[in-house]
Amino acid sequence: MNLQFRVEKREQGGPLFRILAIIASILIALFVAGFLLLAAGVDPAAAYLEILREALGSSYGISETLVKTTPLIITGLAVSVAFRMQIWNIGAEGQLYMGACAATWVALFSGVQGSLTLPAMFVAAFIAGGLWASVAGLLRARWQVNEVIVTLLMNYIAILLTDYLIFGPWKNPDGFNFPITAQFSQAARFSEYFDSRLHSGFFLALFCALAIYLLMERTIWGFQVKAIGSNPAAARYAGMKTGLAIFLVLTLSGAIAGIAGFSEVAGLQHRLQHGLAPGYGYTAIIIAWLARRSALGVVIVSFLLGVLLVGGDSLQLSWQLPVAFAYAFQGLILFFLLASDFFINFRLRRITEETDG
Amino acid sequence: MKKFLALLAAAILLTACTSNDQKPTTTVAPTPAKAAVEKQIKAGFIYVGPVGDAGWTWAHDQGRIAMEKADYVLPSTFIESVPEGAEATRVITGLVKKGHNLIFTTSFGFMDATLDVAAKYKDVVFMHCSGYKTADNVGTYFGRMYEPRYLSGLIAGKMTKTDIIGYVAAFPIPEVIRGINAFTLGVRSVNPKAKVKVVWTQTWFDPGVERDAADSLLDVGADILTMHQDAPATLQAAEARGAYVIGYNSDTRKFAPNAFLTAPVWNWASVYTKTAEEVKNGTWKSQQIWWGMKQDLVRLAPLSDKVPAEVKALVAEKQQAIIDGTLIPFAGPLKDQTGREIIGAGAALNDGALLGMNWFVEGVQGTIPK
Repeated sequence: MNLQFRVEKREQGGPLFRILAIIASILIALFVAGFLLLAAGVDPAAAYLEILREALGSSYGISETLVKTTPLIITGLAVSVAFRMQIWNIGAEGQLYMGACAATWVALFSGVQGSLTLPAMFVAAFIAGGLWASVAGLLRARWQVNEVIVTLLMNYIAILLTDYLIFGPWKNPDGFNFPITAQFSQAARFSEYFDSRLHSGFFLALFCALAIYLLMERTIWGFQVKAIGSNPAAARYAGMKTGLAIFLVLTLSGAIAGIAGFSEVAGLQHRLQHGLAPGYGYTAIIIAWLARRSALGVVIVSFLLGVLLVGGDSLQLSWQLPVAFAYAFQGLILFFLLASDFFINFRLRRITEETDG
Repeated sequence: MKKFLALLAAAILLTACTSNDQKPTTTVAPTPAKAAVEKQIKAGFIYVGPVGDAGWTWAHDQGRIAMEKADYVLPSTFIESVPEGAEATRVITGLVKKGHNLIFTTSFGFMDATLDVAAKYKDVVFMHCSGYKTADNVGTYFGRMYEPRYLSGLIAGKMTKTDIIGYVAAFPIPEVIRGINAFTLGVRSVNPKAKVKVVWTQTWFDPGVERDAADSLLDVGADILTMHQDAPATLQAAEARGAYVIGYNSDTRKFAPNAFLTAPVWNWASVYTKTAEEVKNGTWKSQQIWWGMKQDLVRLAPLSDKVPAEVKALVAEKQQAIIDGTLIPFAGPLKDQTGREIIGAGAALNDGALLGMNWFVEGVQGTIPK
């Protein structure tokens, strides 16, 4: 029998279709991961319930999930802004680090004190993240240098620069030579709520989502960005300055990622240290990809991933499964999420004699 | 679309059907067992590396397993590969919420997270390894690893032919510097010509980086290596190049059957068993434990057959002297790298000077980043 398939473009389903596809792919991933759990001698259903209970079953779990969601939302927004223009910012991780460095400089070394500290940290992080990404923006707009390569490689520079600062000039003098900065004063920290670690950064993230929504959906500039993204040649023909728009959109994208760095040091870490962001900037790419054009989508997908990351702790806590299990688990879910994206846009059609002939 | 919905429905049904029977397995005592007539210990451990690192974390886990032998100790829990910093706070809190009443955090970088969580849960006893901050319910524990390091230096000093010994070191913090200095003092007490070359890796556990550092030391003529690292990469480098190696953390001779001479090793069971007993009896008080070979927290692993008999005898004699307190590795006269005298004959560095040590003794080749 001749078993052949053809990839066909599918008519776009509505947002409901997308959301159902995402949920379905998570369930398929859970199903496959279930075999891993069975092999480890753990009942899958019990494990999944425990993940949900860990992440959402108590006010503490919810607060920790929101804490984890915060940097994912902000970096996800950063990457999605550029995605609208078909610009790929793979450098949110490095821009986050630069934002964190700038905010730390304000908090520890600038001499700014009192109620001005947090706004100054915000501005510094915004500028630092923006400047860092603007290098890639300039290279792309002016000389057509691929922004994927530039933003990616600048991540390593940013992380090593941070390492230089914490191993060198910014090292805490009272820290027994350990590579961390001194802790921030209270003025440089976000408020925390409900006797938990939930901090103002979460509300800042929601505010960013709203601001991005308004900028992209309700302004002429947002329309231009979308127009250039869907058809650069036509946009240029219509008189839009595509080079400038590319530069600005990458700079904005980096500036938003810089805010994530500010939020992490002011809300959670209260100092600068190695391993500030365990890959948030890369997770953000997946978030932006899944959420596509929607700022609300970024918030929802970030929250789902937050549940997964926080709930994943329970696999170790309750069953003593090795840490590699949590990684494999997350990898499976991301794998099926990305696969679902393919099936949302395309369908496989069996090629039969009739349709062929 | 229909297929997705069908799968969705099937998966939901599957989850719903199996979940009900399984509830009992997921329940964990929600409150600490302190209300019980006899206090039972439910201990939790936070590890910085994987249990399979064959080094630092593995040694702690051996201590945990030994502690569990006591009948009042319930099965304990460990969480491995926890990042230092903000993530640790969540993981430690998770252990407390699961009813653990004695928590060991086994890396320096967990210090602030331990203190933060301890401030919220006064009924739980926390023990932080290698830090310097304490609270009413937070004690610290660490070992005088410099004692067996000094002894291992005697072996290296006696057995080197090139008079160059390589030291793969993690971070330039006092704990590591102290080990390098003690080792060098051991080396130079039997071989004043020998030099100890130090390479920093700025990581506790990264087999690739550690291997590169070890190879670079072999390239400049070192014929014996030692390390302050958690991965066995240095041992493997020495084995591959026909050099000798002195390990660290645990007895890992299986990684380098020909090269391995000995290793200064941890015996965390001594602290863990005693702490569990004290918490059970209600006699536990916050203190800073810093035990040595006398209390059996640190040891020198059995010497390999490659070590000549007279060196073995020398090490045995000096080891007894350290246990008896007649040999103090950091006794004067001590000079720093520049030849400046730090303390004269008849004096010895006190614990404060050891805990804040940020200078190299004479004979170390390397720099401490300031």
